[in-house]
Amino acid sequence: MDNKEKQVLVSLISTVLIFGFYSLYVYNHYIAGNPAILNDFKFWGKAFLFLIPVTIVAEIIIHIVFAIINKIVTNEDMDTRSDERDKLIELKTIRISHWIFIMGFLLSMISQVIGMPPYAMFLTMIASGFISSTTSEIAKIHYYRKGV
Amino acid sequence: MSKCYINNNIRKLRFQADELTQQELADKTGVTRQTIVAIENGKYSPTLELAFRIARVFNTPLDEVFSFSENPK
Repeated sequence: MDNKEKQVLVSLISTVLIFGFYSLYVYNHYIAGNPAILNDFKFWGKAFLFLIPVTIVAEIIIHIVFAIINKIVTNEDMDTRSDERDKLIELKTIRISHWIFIMGFLLSMISQVIGMPPYAMFLTMIASGFISSTTSEIAKIHYYRKGV
Repeated sequence: MSKCYINNNIRKLRFQADELTQQELADKTGVTRQTIVAIENGKYSPTLELAFRIARVFNTPLDEVFSFSENPK
């Protein structure tokens, strides 16, 4: 497995971990004690907004830790440069990611049309964001391994 | 895997050029070693610009480095 594949794998694992722990935290601290909060739009607004800085900080920390471990184990520096092949793969995977998210967004709208509670819309949007992100990383690994 | 109809002689040319390493070729053309590996293995077709840069490193015409075939190897 080359450096790029390792970096993508770390991104995939960190996305799953961050999303998992954040969801658990929000559930245990807010939803478990007060399920009615699910219908509070302010709660969902906060949950979405806090997820952004949490993800950025956690991703940076995880990548730094990985770079240190990689240096110790392999004695090689991580090549973080991005060339034309990396950019092509990035573009292809962003397209896949956007399509999945758009489908999720449409599903979330459909949930409202058929009369489901508002939290169904937010849950669908969060789930589609997570699935689009992980699918994008998996697609990157596929393109790096099989060619583009 | 995408169909790659572009064949190349990069490995042979590297050998003839005092056994130029993939990393050295990558440094001279401004890409990562993984990209050179992918091109050599037919997993990536370089842009025209990169193809010309590779040919320039070996000081050979482009068609001696890359060739096009109707059927993939």
